[in-house]
Amino acid sequence: MPVFTGPSVLAVTLLMAFPVAYTLYMSAHSWFASSLTSPQFVGLGNFRRAFVEDDRFRNALWLTVYFTGLATLLQLMLGVAIALVLNRPFRGKGLVRSIFLLPMVATPVAIALVWMMMYNPTLGVMNYLVGLVGLGPYKWVSNAAVVVPALVIVDTWEWTPLITLITLAGLATLPIEPYESALIDGASSAQMFWRITLPLLRPTIIVALLFRAIDCLKTFDIIYVMTQGGPGFASETLNVYTFQVGLFYFHIGYASSLLVILFALVLGVSLLLIKVRRGAR
Amino acid sequence: MIRVSKGRRDRVNPWTYMLLVLLLVPFLFPLGWMFLSSLKVQNTAFPPVWVFVPTLSNYREVFQKNPFFTFTVNSLVVALGSTGLALLLGLPGAYAIARFRRTGIALGILTARMAPGIGYLIPWFILFTKAKMIDTYTALILTHLIVALPLVLWVMMGFFEDVPGDLIESARIDGCTHWQAFLRIAIPLAKPGIVATGILAFIFSWNNFLFSLIVAGFKTRTLPIAVYSFLSYEEINWGGLTAAATVITLPVLLLALLVQKHIVRGLTLGALKG
Repeated sequence: MPVFTGPSVLAVTLLMAFPVAYTLYMSAHSWFASSLTSPQFVGLGNFRRAFVEDDRFRNALWLTVYFTGLATLLQLMLGVAIALVLNRPFRGKGLVRSIFLLPMVATPVAIALVWMMMYNPTLGVMNYLVGLVGLGPYKWVSNAAVVVPALVIVDTWEWTPLITLITLAGLATLPIEPYESALIDGASSAQMFWRITLPLLRPTIIVALLFRAIDCLKTFDIIYVMTQGGPGFASETLNVYTFQVGLFYFHIGYASSLLVILFALVLGVSLLLIKVRRGAR
Repeated sequence: MIRVSKGRRDRVNPWTYMLLVLLLVPFLFPLGWMFLSSLKVQNTAFPPVWVFVPTLSNYREVFQKNPFFTFTVNSLVVALGSTGLALLLGLPGAYAIARFRRTGIALGILTARMAPGIGYLIPWFILFTKAKMIDTYTALILTHLIVALPLVLWVMMGFFEDVPGDLIESARIDGCTHWQAFLRIAIPLAKPGIVATGILAFIFSWNNFLFSLIVAGFKTRTLPIAVYSFLSYEEINWGGLTAAATVITLPVLLLALLVQKHIVRGLTLGALKG
């Protein structure tokens, strides 16, 4: 079937394999895009520099883990809880599901902009809202201490629906028999949730978590638009730092090795979750 | 949590509706706030104004002061171009993967999805710079194809798997070539899927920020980049900005409602972001 696979394989190879090969090659070199000299081979020098000398890299690595951990945990708990509510019988299910789709598909730049407006320290509606319950005022994304949680809130708003929709699909496939026998045995609904629903849903939930973890580790749009990694470097995750190194300082060699590290991180987390999922079966 | 009975016999708990409203309001609020702000002249009041006379002056101002029409055309050309090209290249590929179980390719797409978008962007940026192709439609469409092609392959694979193999087999026995079977049987049967996939690819291109930020220039600036550049003005005009944001987001939200059944698959496996 070369006629069928040919064009798409060729296109994918050109579009994607070329950058991968280029990045791997460059990660072992030192080269600025603006310089006239050709790339200099440095072996593992870039990686040594990142882990041993570069404080900004270590900060970015920690912030990436912090952001991802907080965001996925929050989204997981909220997403599953919302799915359980949506799985109850009620009228207008289609409409409610449609509403939950909207944050995921809305243009990220627009989302970031609206949240920037809502987070405005003096005029923003968020300080008004948290003020109603006696909290704040906060400086949100302009304060180094709260910028990451503030960005996590935006990501959670945007992506909790994904966990909800995947969990709902999982709930729809659950068998009825275990619940029937549990009812006969007089189990409470809380018992049924912890003993039946959650274990049966575990593989589905882990898949949802996998997708969120992959994307959280690479979150770019909302962070770059809202803070550009600031204030200072307080929200400069690995992806944002790599962008600055590669496309602002044009240090292509070093950026390439940062990309290899970021990819390794994503791959490692993914493999770990896939392993957990296998174990859960 | 349990659905032992289905349909009419289910009793709806009134508390469920209370709970639903509580859950939905936070998820609707930012988009609603964006829309409300776009209709307000006075956006710098604290506490915020909830009741006001709506006006379209923000929209008028944004469209008069900026070449929004050009940005929209740019966004459309790039989104339609990359979607069309992705379907053209991806449909036969997805069909072959589905029919002949090339799981290796599917696995490759998954791995490719894990790689950071900047990893694809930097090499292409260097190449486009050398070829003097920055700020051209071709370069933008090619970079957006990096997102669209895996999406088409992945989502359409699922749809082509649903096409009954028997139909294809009997067509082959009747003397159809592989190509004819694909064009005359698989494509028409998978048409709803193709439409959905196309819309998804369009949405991802329309929303794309990272690739366009680097590859688009003054001539080919797309809508998200235009809005982003408004942000760097010395004085932020929230009314105008939210009007622009509403104009960008509205078509995507409407399109998304058309393909909502397929959106989760598109968002999870096909989409390569950031």
